[in-house]
Amino acid sequence: MTGLITRRIAIAGSIGAASLLVLRVPAFATPTEMAGAVAEFTGNASVQRGARVKLDLPPLVENGNSVSVTVRADSPMTDQDHVRAIAIFTERNPQPNVITARLGPRAGRAFLNTRIRLATSQKVIAVAGFSDGSFWSDQVDVIVTLAACVE
Amino acid sequence: MARALISVPKTAKKGDIIEIKTLISHVMETGYRPDAAGKVAPRDILRRFTCRYNDEEVFSAELWQAIAANPFISFTTVATASGTLSFTWTGDNGFSQTETAAITVT
Amino acid sequence: MIRFIAILLLLSLPAAAADIPASERRSGYDFMSPATQEMQRDDALNPAMLWVAEGEAQWQEAPSSAAKPCAGCHGDATASMRGVAAGYPAFDERTGKAIDLQQRINACRVTHQQQPAFAAESRPLLGLAAYLGLQSRGLPVQAPDDPRLAPALQRGEKLFHTAMGQLNFSCTQCHDANWGKRLAGSPIPQAHATGYPIYRLEWQDMGSLQRRLRNCMTGVRAEPFPYGADELVQLELYLNSRSAGMTVETPAVRP
Ligand code: HEC
Ligand code: HEC
Repeated sequence: MTGLITRRIAIAGSIGAASLLVLRVPAFATPTEMAGAVAEFTGNASVQRGARVKLDLPPLVENGNSVSVTVRADSPMTDQDHVRAIAIFTERNPQPNVITARLGPRAGRAFLNTRIRLATSQKVIAVAGFSDGSFWSDQVDVIVTLAACVE
Repeated sequence: MARALISVPKTAKKGDIIEIKTLISHVMETGYRPDAAGKVAPRDILRRFTCRYNDEEVFSAELWQAIAANPFISFTTVATASGTLSFTWTGDNGFSQTETAAITVT
Repeated sequence: MIRFIAILLLLSLPAAAADIPASERRSGYDFMSPATQEMQRDDALNPAMLWVAEGEAQWQEAPSSAAKPCAGCHGDATASMRGVAAGYPAFDERTGKAIDLQQRINACRVTHQQQPAFAAESRPLLGLAAYLGLQSRGLPVQAPDDPRLAPALQRGEKLFHTAMGQLNFSCTQCHDANWGKRLAGSPIPQAHATGYPIYRLEWQDMGSLQRRLRNCMTGVRAEPFPYGADELVQLELYLNSRSAGMTVETPAVRP
């Protein structure tokens, strides 16, 4: 947080920026709030970390305003065995929820690609809910660099 | 009406898994951001996206402020029959828009 | 502030930087991350295509019952406007000055459609510029060759080499002498304006080359020239001559 503000002043101060950080707010969400949002999504079921879900973000994020995120889950996507929902959460955006997608066997693949905002370097988590009632997750620590010339 | 762009293959073989890409013009104003005058601009975001295939819902998503401006959402569906895919976005301030795309399945 | 100046001091500052040799010219695209490059390469991922769709609709629609649509005089843009944007700014007979593509669009809007000019950075204007720019995508940038443009071109070149703002930097010091180095995390490109108007992630929006140039001026704490100022068009003209022969990328994505 301190580093972030120093940086904001360092860059925005010299360039006269008003909106360097899209999600700039007095307070960021906390890991506890993120855990709460995950628990709401899973209905308090336990979440396992492992190979069944893969979260992909570019290793270098040029601008936190738009970050391509892909989630894939390992599932045959049949009537008996499929992914029902995929959700993405962040630890240090003002709000932990990003997107919650509902899908099913008609998707063919458990796949979601979208573009998200990251207010700062932080942890991003994807959780997938399977038809057997289990939840699996994957997480990535992202470093966000910002553009130098902004309005 | 907001501009929207949808990329769906025009034709597919029955059983093929097709990738759908959608883009729509929307500011996704977070409600956290001070405007030029220093006043926080009120929240104005899309809250929900739904895809129906011949009227049956095949994919939906709830969206929050962290979705980037001009939202991009991509997902897959199985080509089951010829017909129409419809895409609906709804959001704050009564926003609602539906776009359609035709697909021929052989 | 202190940190930003410290970063600037790390750049080497020759009084007059040499031009970039043709073999070393690189588009801003080459300095972007693979993820941002992919966003530009695939039209289905590129938010700028939303503005192109807006522009195409503007092209077809009559602005009033008395006025013809753009297409009413120019027909199919994919044929009539092929390569046109690659040669802008161009000399305008009516005003006797260099004008850029957006001023050209507004000139038609005012004289041929009797409508008020579109505001700078407005959706229909950026849309039309992106739509016309797309009709030159893949073609080489055309150097200004009308001799009547020579004075404006010279003024643009001079501006590019003039130190400005409280930080006292010229365009050439960053873009000819220090390209490839990083400034607060961002690589400094060579300033080839081959993809305008662009969708810029920082703006979360589409914007013109003038908006980009005004950003660079604000960056060195100079008072930016107002939208539509002759100075901005002169800079655009010089940039065009510097990038002659490079490939038009409109509508590009930039971080
Ligand atoms: C202090 C260094 C600096 C100065 C001085 C500067 N720029 Fe820039 N310019 C940059 C940086 C950094 C970027 C890339 C911005 C980014 O990615 O955030 C840039 C981007 C650009 C671009 C966009 C290139 C592309 O690929 O789209 C153009 C054009 C440009 N500058 C022109 C100019 C002109 C003309 C001037 C003088 C009026 C100028 N710049 C002054 C640093 C500078
Ligand atoms: C009533 C006919 C008419 C309409 C309508 C019209 N134009 Fe034009 N346009 C012209 C003429 C004639 C020229 C040649 C220059 C001149 O005389 O103004 C021209 C020139 C241009 C050029 C420059 C072409 C070149 O080769 O440099 C562009 C670009 C252009 N128009 C775009 C537009 C757009 C965009 C619209 C709609 C907003 C539009 N025009 C509407 C008649 C029209």
